[in-house]
Amino acid sequence: MNIKPTLVVIGNGMVGQYFLSQLAESPLKDTHQIVAFCEEIRPAYDRVHLSEFFAGKTAEDLSLVPHGFFEQNGITIHLNDKVVSVNRANKTVTSEKGIKFPYDKVVFATGSYPFVPPVIGNNRPSCLVYRTIEDLEQMVASAKNGKVGTVVGGGLLGLEAAKALRDLGLETHVVEFAPRLMAVQVDEAGGAMLRHKMENLGIRIHTSKNTREIVAGENCLNKMCFVDGEELETDLVLFSAGIRPRDELARSSGLAMGARGGIEINNQCKTSDSDIYAIGECALWNGMIYGLVAPGYAMARTVVADLQNHESFFTGADMSTKLKLMGVDVASIGDAHAKSQGALVYTYQNGSDEIYKRLVVSSDKKKLLGAVLVGDASGYGTLLQYYLNGIELPENPDSLILPHRSDESVGLGVDALPNSAQICSCFNVTKGDICSAIEAGCQTIDDLKTSTKAATGCGGCGALLKSVLNSELTKQGVEVNTDLCEHFAFTRQELFDLIRVGEIKTFADLIEKHGKGLGCDVCKPTVGNMLASQWNDFILENSHVGLQDTNDTFLANMQKDGTYSVVPRITGGEISPDMLIALGQVGKKYNLYTKITGGQRVDLFGARIDELPHIWKELIDAGFESGHAYGKSLRTVKSCVGSTWCRFGVDDSVGLAIELENRYKGLRSPHKIKFAVSGCTRECAEAQSKDVGIIATENGWNLYVCGNGGMKPRHSDLFATGLDKETLIKYIDRFLNFYVRTADRLQRTSVWMENMEGGLDYLKSVVIDDKLALCDQLESQMQYVIDTYQCEWKTTIEDESKLKRFRHFINSDQHDENVIFVEERGQIRPANEGERKHFKLTEVT
Amino acid sequence: MNWLNVCSVLDLQNDSGICALVNGEQIALFYVQNTVYAISNFDPFGNANVLSRGVIGDLKGKIVVASPLYKQHFNLKTGICLEDESVILPVYASRIENGTVQIGVTS
Repeated sequence: MNIKPTLVVIGNGMVGQYFLSQLAESPLKDTHQIVAFCEEIRPAYDRVHLSEFFAGKTAEDLSLVPHGFFEQNGITIHLNDKVVSVNRANKTVTSEKGIKFPYDKVVFATGSYPFVPPVIGNNRPSCLVYRTIEDLEQMVASAKNGKVGTVVGGGLLGLEAAKALRDLGLETHVVEFAPRLMAVQVDEAGGAMLRHKMENLGIRIHTSKNTREIVAGENCLNKMCFVDGEELETDLVLFSAGIRPRDELARSSGLAMGARGGIEINNQCKTSDSDIYAIGECALWNGMIYGLVAPGYAMARTVVADLQNHESFFTGADMSTKLKLMGVDVASIGDAHAKSQGALVYTYQNGSDEIYKRLVVSSDKKKLLGAVLVGDASGYGTLLQYYLNGIELPENPDSLILPHRSDESVGLGVDALPNSAQICSCFNVTKGDICSAIEAGCQTIDDLKTSTKAATGCGGCGALLKSVLNSELTKQGVEVNTDLCEHFAFTRQELFDLIRVGEIKTFADLIEKHGKGLGCDVCKPTVGNMLASQWNDFILENSHVGLQDTNDTFLANMQKDGTYSVVPRITGGEISPDMLIALGQVGKKYNLYTKITGGQRVDLFGARIDELPHIWKELIDAGFESGHAYGKSLRTVKSCVGSTWCRFGVDDSVGLAIELENRYKGLRSPHKIKFAVSGCTRECAEAQSKDVGIIATENGWNLYVCGNGGMKPRHSDLFATGLDKETLIKYIDRFLNFYVRTADRLQRTSVWMENMEGGLDYLKSVVIDDKLALCDQLESQMQYVIDTYQCEWKTTIEDESKLKRFRHFINSDQHDENVIFVEERGQIRPANEGERKHFKLTEVT
Repeated sequence: MNWLNVCSVLDLQNDSGICALVNGEQIALFYVQNTVYAISNFDPFGNANVLSRGVIGDLKGKIVVASPLYKQHFNLKTGICLEDESVILPVYASRIENGTVQIGVTS
């Protein structure tokens, strides 16, 4: 007999799942039997970041459910099965698949559905909504057969959806009924600025448009006919005109409903039936439906408290929002429209930089009532804290939105915030919570994310979180040391600037001017690498050779027994039978173990140091050149066979791969760099796991950056789409050189970008929009490196004096007797410990 | 002490190492600030004869070589491993006489 009371949760969206996670952290997990129903085939995923699906995230990436969550917490989840009736008299729920369950308490978290305006033809083919992963899959399918896409609705979600259409490569239109975009959050002037910026991004905006009907198009699949007589041809129509609560089940269960829908709840989130709660977008509190996750999460916390008989109230939520739409910052706080009695307004408009800011303050100028920011939302965190905590404004409130052109410090330091100030509204993390976590030992943003969950929801509080962390660490006297090593009190980036600006060409010169001591195995290779990136001298010149790690010194990769492996360049993985035979002959002659690498090359192992020049002489004579497998530099550009042979290929991936590999070969960089080029979206070259990945599309090349495999694999981010080759190469030149200049030592592109303030968007602004006015320099530096390329092995074998070191003993031609090979599967391998002892014994006897 | 000629000072590479075979032993020779240092070439962590191919430097005033395999540091004057002081490499007497590098052997 089941003695635990049963709690049934209907719906497993973001709020439903958050509720379950809060249950799992409470004693209710043990005192209740918890059953959840989810009508979708997969459990909760992140709808807020749905558009990232088009930038390469998978359904799995978007999942909000940690692996094993339901099992570990004893929660039964019924996927792909929705509750169809709630019998309140018998206290049972019944699902579509016929599961009937008695309940003690029920929580409705049924969410909302997209509102589709009742226009004729709204059910025509490719007329879609934007809500679930299945919707996205339909969008992808429809986009394949079309060129034009139109979003109906210019609100927050509509503009997100427009980004998705643009990412799919469609000519994108937004049709809005109101006279401006984001009419709820933004005032008229802000809306105009936003529109202008969107139009500059190639989005066509149509405001004050009332759709009459959708009919078959002439050039496109569909045609939208507006009341004013105008028409718009479009293939895809995406409705994003607001949400409506999913309340049909509650309605049929006889719960009290709002006049325009929504399940009525009180301050404990209880419906008209005291055993039934409702949370999230299906719930109507005080006449309001909240279409954001943060209020839904607050409701979930209220219910968890109420179920434990703890006093808790939901008393409304702040609807302030900040978001980035296609790189455009938009933020809205509180009373954006200045509807409060006696409200005063300050505005700042900068037509040249396309920035608009508006402050709404109380009549006594002491309190912030609202704000609108378009084009630059950097002040959002500060303004929100003024608003939420009722902090008294400075004497001239407009100083908060006017640009700072000197060193004067305006804005609210984090120290001015009370401990009760909410930093992360998604997870209700206060400044006090963060300070305690720091006192308990958190020293990085990652630590704080793990221990407090702050900045893991919408991420909007990331910058503020960092400020709190830095301020608290400084107070504790923790100094974050970013020195390269004991010899240089500079970061790698600072040293790079010193080398570049001071035209420093040797390590000796650098350490004399800017460092101390002799150097070490950290700074020497780092400086050697930077000198090579900037000046591209031969790395084995006398002034440089002592800086190089053994792999660079001997232009080969040291293996565990002190022998080396050799990797000749095979550009794009393309190799003729004759070259392959030549490679095989060298391997055979020197008895090398041969293996195919992941980068479409051949690795030859077991070369003694004295054999290296002989091996390379033969390889170079056969037409090979150094593969730079030993350096922190470009390794390979992997490719699929592409349109030349493949019946699905869209463009010549091999040709591009070879061109790119020849362009960037030899470039020394903070860490190894890998590229790949795929000839179509089937992605056989796995380009999205590389530092630079390129995929051919019908519209041109799509560029992905900052991915990697290895210990912490990361998919790359979509950087730019539909590029011609010239633009593609320009972007890669700039990207690589910006990375070379600014990354830390041994930092892959992924970590570099993730640690960059502003992340991918900032990187785009530097590389694409030339925000730092640096692109000319970056390109000409790349051209310099290309023009000064040399095959390091060719230079070495032509210089007698450099060959002197390629022997094990300076005073003997003997070999290292510790190097012992045995045979396995027909090839050599280093002998293991036991085998070595056996050899030594036989030698003695 | 018996001084054995090993090689010419011209065979040394400034701020770098080479390996010499002396009485059947592998000796790593490092040339730093006009001084030659000599320690065993055998890396006891990686079990390979590679120390002469490590990067030289100084850490907190001690002149060291970093193993090219797993980057442990060895004091060139004492042979002591900075990461594990119980590991001590053989150190050899060395000098430069009239342009010749010599290793001292007790007879």
